[in-house]
Amino acid sequence: MYGNLSVIDAQPLDPNQVDDPELLAEFEARIARGEKIEPHDWMPREYRRQLIRMIEQHAHSEIIGALPEGTWITRAPGFRRKMALIAKVQDEIGHGQLLYSAAETLGKSREDMIADLISGKSKYSNVFNYPAETWADTAVIAWLIDAGAIINQVANSKGSYGPYCRALERICQEESFHLKYGYDNVVTLATGTPKQREMVQEALNRWWKPIMHFHGPPDTVSVHTEKLTRWKVKMASNDEMRQEFLNAYVPKIWDLGLTVPDPNLRKNPETGVWEFSDPDWAEFKRVINGDGPCNRERLAVRRMAEEQGRWVREALRKPDMKYVTPLS
Amino acid sequence: MTIQSLDPRVTRAAIPQENETEMAPIPPLDQLESYEVFHLETRGDHPVHVGSLHAPNPEIALLWAKEQYGRRSRTVSIWVVRTEDISVISVEDADIFATTPEKDYREAKGYRVGGKITAYKRQNTTEP
Ligand SMILES: [Fe+2]
Ligand SMILES: [Fe+2]
Repeated sequence: MYGNLSVIDAQPLDPNQVDDPELLAEFEARIARGEKIEPHDWMPREYRRQLIRMIEQHAHSEIIGALPEGTWITRAPGFRRKMALIAKVQDEIGHGQLLYSAAETLGKSREDMIADLISGKSKYSNVFNYPAETWADTAVIAWLIDAGAIINQVANSKGSYGPYCRALERICQEESFHLKYGYDNVVTLATGTPKQREMVQEALNRWWKPIMHFHGPPDTVSVHTEKLTRWKVKMASNDEMRQEFLNAYVPKIWDLGLTVPDPNLRKNPETGVWEFSDPDWAEFKRVINGDGPCNRERLAVRRMAEEQGRWVREALRKPDMKYVTPLS
Repeated sequence: MTIQSLDPRVTRAAIPQENETEMAPIPPLDQLESYEVFHLETRGDHPVHVGSLHAPNPEIALLWAKEQYGRRSRTVSIWVVRTEDISVISVEDADIFATTPEKDYREAKGYRVGGKITAYKRQNTTEP
């Protein structure tokens, strides 16, 4: 899972240091030819910095995203759904592992990434600061949040950094199971008893705002440079992704006889563009800066796991171990 | 005050609402050593490099590789090797391969005899 991270910027670089123009030209020509950049290739410092930030925050989103869903494993209705949810949550943690490895190839150790997550220096997707109140919430998350993530991840898998693209290819294969699993759960509730329909409608109402926030602020206010597009770091704009999402999923929601809690949501028949009410970007900002319903709990749980597991890793460590960055 | 969560397990963990102390710094190699993982999908094929992981020794690396790279679809076998133990040709030396495609004397396509045979036959055909 992933989303709306383009708003958090990394530390600015020292402007006195500039990249070698010849190497830079070679690097840009390689990307223009459609070739991938690999860990040991020369790359501009800004490219490295932006990729570390992006992949690291994507990795954090995977492991924090597993928390609201993992909560429901013990209470999943029925054995098959319990198995499926365990598999999905394991996949999400696995995505985190793949992404941390990809970020490591750029020179930041996993220890540093985990420390930055826990200290709050490094962010994760805003949606996971909201709780999964009922089983229906997990159905809506697995269907629609994962759907939003897939749009993002498919776009990024065509980017320029080899290790990130390879990780995303595998992630996208697994996400297709998450999406189908989530849709199956939503359809089961939506075609079930009046109580089940009510449950899924309420979950959708709760999650609609975070879903609209998922791909980040509108392009008019979101700062991403032409350079990151040229370097194939930023592969699609926030608005493009949100439109793609609405176009694919709103008809499916309506098809189930469910409603979306926004009276202004409609596809303009002339322009083909989806129109909607302001999804409350002020709330988005507030939550991303730490004041959401679950920010504190998410980080506290992550920190507890980190601290309580430390003695195990300590016991496994041997004095002759040496840190080497993963190869690719 | 401890964190009251919708998840009863989190509530039971009695985590303080405000943790005034900073977490102790994570020591180097807390995430253990790097391993590269090779996956064999079909008997008879070459194992393919699929990614990496961190583990304390080869036995646990295999266990984790099985979880991470062999938990769905088909797997015949998995190999792991410490990243440290892999030697790679450096990017600076990549040009040693630059002329390889030109070595057509090493390739079947470098040997075309059809033209010679046709020419030979044409020369040696006695006109009536
Ligand atoms: Fe994921
Ligand atoms: Fe997912």
